[in-house]
Amino acid sequence: MSPRTTRATQNPPGDASPVSRPHKAGNPGTTGSPDAPDASGGSGPTTAPHAGRAPRAGHRHADGAWGWLFVSPMVLVLGLFLVLPILMALWVSLLHWDGQSNPFSGQAEFAGLDNYRSLLTQDGLDRTLFATSLRNTAYYVLLTVPLQTALALVLALVVNQRMLRGRSALRTVFFFPSVTSSIAVSTVFLFLFQGSGAVNTMLSWIGIKGPNWFADPRGVLSLLLGALGLVDPDHPTGVLASHSFMGLSWYQWLSGPSVAMCTLILLAVWTTSGTFMLIFLAALQDIPRELEESAAIEGVNRFQMLRYVTLPALRPVLFLVLTLGLIATWQVFDQVYVMGQGAPGNTTLTPAFLSYSAAFDDADFGQGAAIAFVLLALILCMTALQRWALRERNAGTGRNR
Amino acid sequence: MTTRTAAAIVSCAALLAATGCSSNFGSGSKTEQDTGSRQHLTVLIATSGDAETKSVKDAAAAYAKQSGNSVTVEVAKDMNQQLAQSFAGHKPPDVFYVNSDQFANYAKAGSLYAYGDRIKDADDFSAQLRTSFSYDGKLVCLPKDTSTLALAVNTDLWKKAGLTENDYPTTWDELKAVAGKLTKGGVTGLVTTNEYQRLGVFMKQAGGWVTNPEQSKMTSDSPQNAEGLGFVRSLLKSGALKYAQQVDTSWGGEALGKGKAAMTIEGNWLTGAMKLDYPNVKYKMVELPAGPSGKGTLAFSTCWGVAAESAHRTAAVDLVKYLSSAKQQLTFADAFGVMPSRTSTLDTYARQEPDAKAWVDSAAYAQGPVTIAGFDKVLSQFNTDLQTLSTTDPKTILAALQRNGEQALTKGN
Repeated sequence: MSPRTTRATQNPPGDASPVSRPHKAGNPGTTGSPDAPDASGGSGPTTAPHAGRAPRAGHRHADGAWGWLFVSPMVLVLGLFLVLPILMALWVSLLHWDGQSNPFSGQAEFAGLDNYRSLLTQDGLDRTLFATSLRNTAYYVLLTVPLQTALALVLALVVNQRMLRGRSALRTVFFFPSVTSSIAVSTVFLFLFQGSGAVNTMLSWIGIKGPNWFADPRGVLSLLLGALGLVDPDHPTGVLASHSFMGLSWYQWLSGPSVAMCTLILLAVWTTSGTFMLIFLAALQDIPRELEESAAIEGVNRFQMLRYVTLPALRPVLFLVLTLGLIATWQVFDQVYVMGQGAPGNTTLTPAFLSYSAAFDDADFGQGAAIAFVLLALILCMTALQRWALRERNAGTGRNR
Repeated sequence: MTTRTAAAIVSCAALLAATGCSSNFGSGSKTEQDTGSRQHLTVLIATSGDAETKSVKDAAAAYAKQSGNSVTVEVAKDMNQQLAQSFAGHKPPDVFYVNSDQFANYAKAGSLYAYGDRIKDADDFSAQLRTSFSYDGKLVCLPKDTSTLALAVNTDLWKKAGLTENDYPTTWDELKAVAGKLTKGGVTGLVTTNEYQRLGVFMKQAGGWVTNPEQSKMTSDSPQNAEGLGFVRSLLKSGALKYAQQVDTSWGGEALGKGKAAMTIEGNWLTGAMKLDYPNVKYKMVELPAGPSGKGTLAFSTCWGVAAESAHRTAAVDLVKYLSSAKQQLTFADAFGVMPSRTSTLDTYARQEPDAKAWVDSAAYAQGPVTIAGFDKVLSQFNTDLQTLSTTDPKTILAALQRNGEQALTKGN
């Protein structure tokens, strides 16, 4: 990476003046990574010319101390408001705590893994609801993430065209949904997608009778299969209906996002693509002009330029956008809270909302915390999987980004 | 590397210790009672609107003047969350509204001070509501008011369909007949929401209910309940009954006001909403028709909770006595349309509000709300299932309710 090489040139051998020390130690503080001081402070000096000098070790120790001093406010804030609450919530997830006493005094009954068991292995309402929320969100993520990434990329490519007129106006327009409050947008969508709302009125102009979007719990895949005559959506039979997993029949798992959920997906894609467009745009403008010019001299066409020059250059940003999208979609809450709180038929229920309602509506904070931790584990697994899928295959050295 | 990890662990432990010691959770010891003559009480309410806020504040001010204590009334934005937080932080308000669906959760956790035995005329409050607000056989809190469900009829649409006052339905068959007659064009005979808080009236009229009267056993899978929901299903299938969402409304009152429903099943809050949103729509309230097992309706209520951890319990109970007095309840009734929870006051109320006669008459046979700890999700799942009533056998829905309810009952006890 470039900072390392520049640092080496900035610190020629022999330049051990103490003035440069605080600067070096302070630098990582601005990047916000507590790992950085030792890494950067260590890599430069340990290179061959300085390896033998004894006093360096003491300096390095001082560097570390300075580094910790400079990052300590951030560490303290993160520790107090992030790490500590997470540990507390982890403890609560092991209790039957109703929120009325001190969870750290032993008044709340210790439940061990009971809360997790009732979510994952015990047959009952808790597991059925949790499985339903997982199914809903899986479809939500599966559709939203690729759609919003693709749309954002296309929009970024469009507004990055130098020849395009009114580029900045278009950028503003595309970005606009992202700066609007999600609560406000959700409310507007509620009106647009009413049974007799604007969307259905427009559909009726071309002869389509739109569904009653937010009141329609039918899964779109099951509707599709029903239209093909493969299954009867109202009375499913056969293998799909007779087997079940986590309290939901195979048919229920495979019925797809409900019509109501599809509007939520549409909303998410529309509101988030602007933000991601901006990230892609910044990366696009960072691609060296020479790279494109030399490719042009080689005689590539536009598609080849996109496939072999632009996209590879965007890989790290693509990873960022996919990760952000994945995390945000698994945690979707506010739209659900506004648009139906799980209705119709629990088909817009998401783990985040279920966690909230378990804690505050059922006074079962342990269960709510357990849901949150299962969700966390799930997101971590997904991100690891995605990191593995997007690794640099030609690097060969096993170096990760 | 190891030193860094060690440092991180040490700082985490230090943080834990620091917040753990200074945390506001406190101990579970008994709250010391304030015995001063001038005490300060805080009241937390979840208001239905400005009218309610104002009248509760006025009443509190009047009490303050009379007793010498001072009272602050606060309005909650999210009652459940705010109460849960204040209980956990051991700083609850002295007096607060307790919603019936949260009552059991709070009572089970010991957050409520059971003051029922300090109320001499507790028998005056409706028996069903006293059952709902009792925990472990003890009356915990007094119902602040009540409302019941009755049938609202749009009189213009009624006349248009060639019906007279003699045709107001008194049996299921008559209801089915008039609902069918009224359903035409953009009008649906009967519109209501897909929740047991409305459709439960038919279960009650058929002689069933979700639990036994003592709320100790689930009785959901009884044939009576199936008969009640079966009747609803037959109406749904004929198109004479539609859920509010199906006609693009959020509740029965909106459907009635917009002329999409000729009849709906709603409670006392309908009066205020119609006056505010649809002042020109003429409607009449009649009692719900009787089913195979006679008349049946549901009652709803909120109670005046006193915090177990309040330092002013005596003064708080005193305030509740004042707020739930006959005179004060009539003032509230006049201000924001609720019904008094004292049976002796209902007659006065009926004279004061002749239009509310159907609701008042219904109070005699109304079923109180289900108040069992951890039942919120069981009942909301039931509501979710009721949405698919037109395509699902009522017995399947009721069996699921029975199973989920039994699980919650065993978990709760």
